Amino acid sequence: MAQRTIVTPGDKLPGDVEAKEPYVVEINGVKVATTIGLLDTSGEKPVYIPLQSIYVPKKGDVVIGLVQSVGVVNWTLDINSPYNGVLPASDFLGRPYNPATDDLSQYLQVGDYVKVKIVAFDRTRNPLLTVQDKGLGKIVDGKILEVQPSKIPRIIGKKRSMLEMLKKETGCEIFVAVNGRIHVKCPDEDRETILILAIKMIERQAHTTGLTARVQEYIEELKKVKGVE
Amino acid sequence: MSLTPFKVPIVPELRKSTILSLLAKGLRTSERDLVTPRIVKVKTGVIERAEGSAQVELGNTKVLVGVKTDVGAPFRDTPDEGVITVNAELVPLASPLFEPGPPDENAIELARVIDRSIRETNAVDRKSLAIIPGSKVWVIHVDIYVLDHDGNLFDASMLATMAALMNTMLPDYEELETGEIILDRGKKTTPLKINKKVLTVNIAKIGDYLVVDPDLDEETVADTRIVVAYDEEGNIVGIQKSGPGAMSREEVLKAVDIGREAVKIYFKSLEEATGRAE
Amino acid sequence: MGKAVGVKLIDEYGRRHDGRLPDQMRPVRMRINVLENADGSALVEYGRTRILAAVYGPREPVQKFMALPDRALLRVRYHMAPFSTEERKSPAPSRREIELSKVIREAFEDIILVKYFPRTAIDIFLEVLQADGGTRTAAVTAASLALANAGIPMKALVAGVAVGKIEGQLVLDVDEIEDGSGEADMPVAYAPDIEKITLFQLNGVLTREELEKGLNMALSAIRELVELEKRTLKEEYVSTEEV
Repeated sequence: MAQRTIVTPGDKLPGDVEAKEPYVVEINGVKVATTIGLLDTSGEKPVYIPLQSIYVPKKGDVVIGLVQSVGVVNWTLDINSPYNGVLPASDFLGRPYNPATDDLSQYLQVGDYVKVKIVAFDRTRNPLLTVQDKGLGKIVDGKILEVQPSKIPRIIGKKRSMLEMLKKETGCEIFVAVNGRIHVKCPDEDRETILILAIKMIERQAHTTGLTARVQEYIEELKKVKGVE
Repeated sequence: MSLTPFKVPIVPELRKSTILSLLAKGLRTSERDLVTPRIVKVKTGVIERAEGSAQVELGNTKVLVGVKTDVGAPFRDTPDEGVITVNAELVPLASPLFEPGPPDENAIELARVIDRSIRETNAVDRKSLAIIPGSKVWVIHVDIYVLDHDGNLFDASMLATMAALMNTMLPDYEELETGEIILDRGKKTTPLKINKKVLTVNIAKIGDYLVVDPDLDEETVADTRIVVAYDEEGNIVGIQKSGPGAMSREEVLKAVDIGREAVKIYFKSLEEATGRAE
Repeated sequence: MGKAVGVKLIDEYGRRHDGRLPDQMRPVRMRINVLENADGSALVEYGRTRILAAVYGPREPVQKFMALPDRALLRVRYHMAPFSTEERKSPAPSRREIELSKVIREAFEDIILVKYFPRTAIDIFLEVLQADGGTRTAAVTAASLALANAGIPMKALVAGVAVGKIEGQLVLDVDEIEDGSGEADMPVAYAPDIEKITLFQLNGVLTREELEKGLNMALSAIRELVELEKRTLKEEYVSTEEV
């Protein structure tokens, strides 16, 4: 009996399946998958993990936003979600803000990446963002990668095993945001390339088993090829 | 591009639950049962300057159809057949929901459903409309004007269209040596040849119930509607599921059967108004 | 639609002009992930009919006034490329394209879980690249795949097929020649997992018995089409599965 099966929208799932709405809904008393996903029956309870997902912001999430437009009193950020986030000028500047003397584009411009936290989000207005917390703010170095938000858990791995392995093997600093964006800072270009290739491999094979070991092997091979120790 | 409508009539929750609890008892807010249409009033010849016309009142829904005729070129692949065009206008005075402007998707759908019902059945004999085959044929313009929208524009428009066509008289004409056709709109002696009578029944699905001839409130709370066209023999000559929402196979077949019975009422009104029984 | 002159639509062996049996579909091909920019995409072919579908969203609509406060709004555009038909079709939207955009949108309104994305828009763009009958039903199938490819939650997958009547006989998946000369054309879209018909039209004349028989024929074929949709979606992942 297959323990991990791919299911598609409309497929029926076991009644005690662990899953989040809207990826699973109940129709006429039966639980039904609504996206392409993985049904894992190997554990105590069956678990359904969507393979394709849409990031819906939650209060407290730390995400990487991309400045889309500079307003008069705030910036609008693309947070890889159906909803754009709003970062108020007063929050970023940490002080009362004067539109007459402050030009917001001096601080953040279109195309800048910013690490932010979701302060508030309800279904009647756009997510409200803040940079007033440790480690948040404009991203000035390194590279930003974008992956499917549903693959993020796999990139972190069980008990952070995958993420720690990636950091150790490549020597890069890696910050994984729940909205599918990853900030990497590597000692050199070769290691950066190796890390990007490894992450792409995880994204493609996120639904398979034994992945951490295979990715580690792959990295070691690439290091040999590139002459990196 | 088709958009989910953002301007919809608001039916208060109380009204919706009233409708549903009445349906559970086999009743509706308009004091009729689920399979009976509202009171139908059909009057023909209401616009003298048109070659044919009819006005239908279905409950509070009012639709006026005018038929104008003209002479024109036939379609290339049917050189010996006349041309029929159907256009519908949901004019702003008929409802707070209607905006001025060119026909929107609802008006276009309405016109095309009616057009198909007439066309596929050859209800209007198109071959009899050839004047000079290959170059000059009658062009029959059917214009549907919705005057008051209280639900079920389909049935009212189909009934008015059929009555107007049955009321249509073609102008006398003179064929000149040059091949030009001169019309004498003051003298109309040739009736439009009608082969078949076709009418529709609009059935709305509200929860588990199927209701014939929904009024505006019922249409608004309905999951979806299915419009079925019938000829007098009970053949199905057109179907359009119109509206979001879905139906099961059983509901579709049941709706077709319910409609087949209900359409007899409409045919009777048509007969009475046009004085033409088959 | 042109009428076929001198082409016998069904011969004495019951074979259609292209050799098919009455209840036989044309060869069907389905592919997903065919476009880079779209959030989800699919290419579907029923014989020579070819439809490209792209889905964007959920995303905030540019014109805020059209957003709905409690759900995503759907925007569907069914459009035929000028070179898709025998005679060049003007790129301007025709009344037919406007009507079909509406019925196709309505085929998905109750399928997509729109309540989870208030104030957003989900865009479904359907381009008919080549038209040979059954374009709206193939478009529904393509839209269903593209939506699943985009990760937009749906109650079930949907597929469509048109049943026709030619020379008195019911046939499955009419092509253009058959549609032009036939007595009836009945497009159906259906979601087998929830047993719901989401698109249903009839153009032509059928008896009550023919209607039921034709509908059953369509639903049966659609069940197979949805199975193919599922296989197509799964293939994306199975091919990278380690043995």
